[in-house]
Amino acid sequence: MAAQNFTTQQVKHIAALANVPVSVEEERAIASAFSETLTVIANLATIDTSTVEPTAQTTGLENVWREDLVTPETMLSQIDALANAPATAQGYFVVKRILHHDQ
Amino acid sequence: MTNNLQRLTLADYVAGIKAKQFTALEVRRAVHETIAAKNSQLNAYVTVFDQHLTKTYEGQLGGAPITLKDNILIKGERTTASSHVLDKFKPPYSATVYQKLKQAGAAIIGKTNMDAWAHGSSTETSDYGRTLNPRNPEFLPGGSSGGSAAAVAADMTIAAVGTETAGSIRQPSAWCGVVGLKPTYGRVSRYGIVAMASSTDSPGPITKTVEDSAMLLNYVAGQDPHDSTTAPNAVPDYTSFLGKSIKGLKVGVLYQDVAGLEKVNEQIEHAAKVLEKLGATVTRAHALDPHFAIGVYTIVQRAEVSSNLARYDGIRFGNDRSFFGSEAKRRIMLGTYTLAKGYAEKYYLTAQKVRTLFINDFEQLFSQFDVLIHPTSPGFAKKTGATEGEAMFGELEDMLLEPSSVTGLPGISLPCYHDSQTNLFLGLNILAPRFREDLLISVADAFEKATNWNTWRNR
Repeated sequence: MAAQNFTTQQVKHIAALANVPVSVEEERAIASAFSETLTVIANLATIDTSTVEPTAQTTGLENVWREDLVTPETMLSQIDALANAPATAQGYFVVKRILHHDQ
Repeated sequence: MTNNLQRLTLADYVAGIKAKQFTALEVRRAVHETIAAKNSQLNAYVTVFDQHLTKTYEGQLGGAPITLKDNILIKGERTTASSHVLDKFKPPYSATVYQKLKQAGAAIIGKTNMDAWAHGSSTETSDYGRTLNPRNPEFLPGGSSGGSAAAVAADMTIAAVGTETAGSIRQPSAWCGVVGLKPTYGRVSRYGIVAMASSTDSPGPITKTVEDSAMLLNYVAGQDPHDSTTAPNAVPDYTSFLGKSIKGLKVGVLYQDVAGLEKVNEQIEHAAKVLEKLGATVTRAHALDPHFAIGVYTIVQRAEVSSNLARYDGIRFGNDRSFFGSEAKRRIMLGTYTLAKGYAEKYYLTAQKVRTLFINDFEQLFSQFDVLIHPTSPGFAKKTGATEGEAMFGELEDMLLEPSSVTGLPGISLPCYHDSQTNLFLGLNILAPRFREDLLISVADAFEKATNWNTWRNR
């Protein structure tokens, strides 16, 4: 985990993966911020973790079940679910067209 | 404001309402007048609700004015997480902590400012302007629950609920000279809280006194069917742990060997002497270097943020992703990177393994000690503008709190020093094993009553 210098190309690629729009100026700022961050956390590589199990969550809880019952508290009405949407039609969310070729 | 009712603690409020010393209406008016007088300068609130002066409140809290951090959802009320992405968002459901407080009779009077998406330790990265430290407005209140802590410190609320992922309750509480309690992860439901790092996020009280934090914790703690990470452990009456003797308690002092902390550790030594006078035995203890916790937290948090913030697509609610501020974009993207194919093992998996090392280290420490103490922050509150150009400002400021945050331990910060020149405070942080908030309350309450750092006691 040696500190590395991020290129704006790498930043462009990550931005696409993360679906985050970034401007050209932002790309440069992010590249240097990334380099700074990775330098700060580089010390993790100095620890021997070969025999250590990872911990994803600290509760120790597993398979927390509830009854398979539908109750009003666990439902969103269609009206509530659509209430904050910028575009709706006939009870649906409206999204930008992604398929442009008629099959 | 001739009655000063806004200076009431939650405990005094509840007792006073019962004894008919004043009415809920009178107190609410006093608090709202304080907000009107101070908020345009301090900017602690994102949204102040109408005063609802004609409403009566059933329940033990009897209309106590309480404020919630703006990442806590209230159905039908604007909730922004201090981000322009949610500028006009009105949630279709309410958080469990809100419902519990409502049922108990609280009057939620508004939503407080925070670092956007809780990504910060200053409240300077809010999309709605920075909050100022009421103790000295040239300084920051800390974050990300800076608005909550500032509102409490300035009597713009009687009590507050904030959230902590790595320091966001305790650090602003320390910087603003108030009490902040981060419960055990899983003690308080995260349902209806805008998610940041799902494996460490924890809502908790920010209050004027330790007694108030115990009272609030009683109301918000408990298992929730809507949040499967909440614990089935019974909720004791946390107020029953106030006023307890700490004779014979074994206290371990951490991080006295960490460079750069000499000034704050000096005050921790004084705090240790207070605890010794109260009958505790205090010993220096060596812990795993907190510098490693920065890496664990940075990776785990950003990885989980990249996943949690993927839901903001601007299609079902909110504005689109171009409305994210630069800090949010950086964190989402670094998180994506640490989870990407070819890097996840190197970063995310390694971080989870070092998290285990911290868990084991605390287990070993708690086999020798009942509680652990250390400075909440490496120093006093920083001046406004301090975060500009600093990519890792928060992570470095919260270094001492990150070990307990990533391991899910409960911790409380309370004032342990006041600088009369700057009017700023330092916080003492106390840690206990998981679900031992009782120890935090007993020790903190004893310390608070044995010293003069509390603004509202010993008036």
